[in-house]
Amino acid sequence: MAEILVLVDHVDGEVKKVTLELLTLARSLGEPSAVWAGPGYAADAKAKLAEYGAEKVYVADDADIADHVVAPKAELLAQLVGSASPAAVLIAASQEGKEIAGRLAVKTESGVITDAVGVDSDLTAELSIFGGGVNVKSRVKTGTPIIAIRPNSTAPEASQGAAAEERVTVSLSDSAKAARVVERVKQEKGARPELTEAAIVVSGGRGVGSADKFSVIEELADSLGAAVGASRAATDAGWYPHQFQVGQTGKTVSPQLYIAVGISGAIQHRAGMQTAKTIVAINKDSEAPIFELADYGVVGDLHTVTPQLTEEIKKRK
Amino acid sequence: MNIVVCVKQVPDTATERKLRPDDKTIDREAAEGVINEICEYAVEEALRLKEAHGGEVTVLTMGPSKATDTIRKALAMGADKAVHLVDDALHGSDGLQTSYALAQVLKKIGFDVVILGSESTDARMGTLAAMLAERLDAPQLSLANKVEIDGSTIRIQRLTDYGFDRVEASLPAVVSVVEKINEPRYPSFKGIMAAKKKPVETLSVADAEIDAAKVGLASAATEVVDFAVAPPRAAGTIVKDEGDGGVKVAEFLASKKFV
Ligand SMILES: Cc1cc2nc3c(=O)[nH]c(=O)nc-3n(C[C@H](O)[C@H](O)[C@H](O)COP(=O)(O)OP(=O)(O)OC[C@H]3O[C@@H](n4cnc5c(N)ncnc54)[C@H](O)[C@@H]3O)c2cc1C
Repeated sequence: MAEILVLVDHVDGEVKKVTLELLTLARSLGEPSAVWAGPGYAADAKAKLAEYGAEKVYVADDADIADHVVAPKAELLAQLVGSASPAAVLIAASQEGKEIAGRLAVKTESGVITDAVGVDSDLTAELSIFGGGVNVKSRVKTGTPIIAIRPNSTAPEASQGAAAEERVTVSLSDSAKAARVVERVKQEKGARPELTEAAIVVSGGRGVGSADKFSVIEELADSLGAAVGASRAATDAGWYPHQFQVGQTGKTVSPQLYIAVGISGAIQHRAGMQTAKTIVAINKDSEAPIFELADYGVVGDLHTVTPQLTEEIKKRK
Repeated sequence: MNIVVCVKQVPDTATERKLRPDDKTIDREAAEGVINEICEYAVEEALRLKEAHGGEVTVLTMGPSKATDTIRKALAMGADKAVHLVDDALHGSDGLQTSYALAQVLKKIGFDVVILGSESTDARMGTLAAMLAERLDAPQLSLANKVEIDGSTIRIQRLTDYGFDRVEASLPAVVSVVEKINEPRYPSFKGIMAAKKKPVETLSVADAEIDAAKVGLASAATEVVDFAVAPPRAAGTIVKDEGDGGVKVAEFLASKKFV
């Protein structure tokens, strides 16, 4: 069976859930080979990749790879596409993942599909475009299909693989090292599930009113084991860090449940959450466009409705 | 400094956007064409770099002839001149081909900095800056919420999942910006009038030394095989808070087994 390369998404040595989803999907397309790029590779990570079916693990864990923007990872993958001739390359559709996919497509003269929500056994990809308005099936006609897949598109299922380790050396070209990361600035916000991976997301908008009041959103999120998101109005106001922004220029999320609190539902916000399975809105304006999407909505003041909801959820536990 | 800002005309997101049943490409006639919002931020940043460092801002667009509206908008904001890559042969080009075509033009016109918006609202790939950097063998400084140029060094803050990276490179470079970077100016009346007289050079595929066999629908590396309008979401239940709004939501969540 043909190899399917899966680029591993990892933070601090830990394999992200989306990678387990991609490995699960890869098993239905061929034989998954995980590709580890950058430092942090260890036994735990290998075990995780094996558990979800990686038959091979290519490891290139030089610091160099992470110290330059995007290009080194594309170079590594291009080298592996050359040596392993995989049937496809799967990458998580994060902003960086899509950029890696783009550069890899140029390097290997291959077609690239981004934001797929599914891939059939014949490598036809399913997409949801125009803010969820149109469902599309696309395929790559040229080269090695490179497909960036949205988190939460497949349920991860364990199935042991051999995870045969193969060390890879890449001698990075000068152009891959042209954009140097000189400093990483971390702005963490608690130990909640990752926004794009979470089954439930609770987002706050301008209606929340202040950074302090975001505690109302966080408490609701914690009662549900949810991730916290924010609208642009809330991130621009400095109430919540930018990486929690949901929407056109923020994260695209497809959770089982999305709760929008004090968010009007502007088209740019909807672009990032429209594919959530169930949508709940709390807003004082009955005309707010978010209600057009909502499966359930309450017209009321979020400062009373939300804490009451949090209390009620805790009571029912 | 020679600053080139890439802009794209897209179907207005406020209208219903469609694919064409015949060749399954975006229907650019069905909806009004407007400048892709995030491109305005790219134009603004280009103008600010020019104001700080001198030089010239050139608008570059690839698109049908009606994309001149989008070019005029960028010129009215203050860009100096424009290049419009327009040719029927380009119709249906995918991301890979578009990056090839634009890279050919950029090689021809030269640049110190190319600035783009992080993604377009129609295709939403978010890959063009990366692809151009690859093709032009220039540093990729993408997803910037801050750009600084100091002599031949360019520094950006690149937004990441954990915060941001400070990234440094030497010019020439390819930059993409997010909407956090600035607040785009509105064109003034004077700007709108002046834009009408600013030079817009149109280039065909041949003019730009683009291999016609490598662009357009027939040779695209990807194809849409099928599409369907998504069924509309079923109308939801909207209640007014009568003092028990929170409890009501909890009941709904319980009925869906979320609690
Ligand atoms: C290029 C570009 C990119 C963008 N990208 C994004 C993006 O990625 N994500 C994004 O979110 N936006 C994005 N936007 C911005 C978007 O257009 C909206 O401005 C933004 O989403 C508004 O945020 P909001 O809903 O929180 O604020 P508002 O639109 O001001 O809505 C606030 C809502 O809160 C309600 N409210 C106020 N007080 C209360 C209360 N006490 N109780 C209950 N409800 C209350 C109001 O009724 C209102 O509906 C982008 C814009 C541009 C131009």
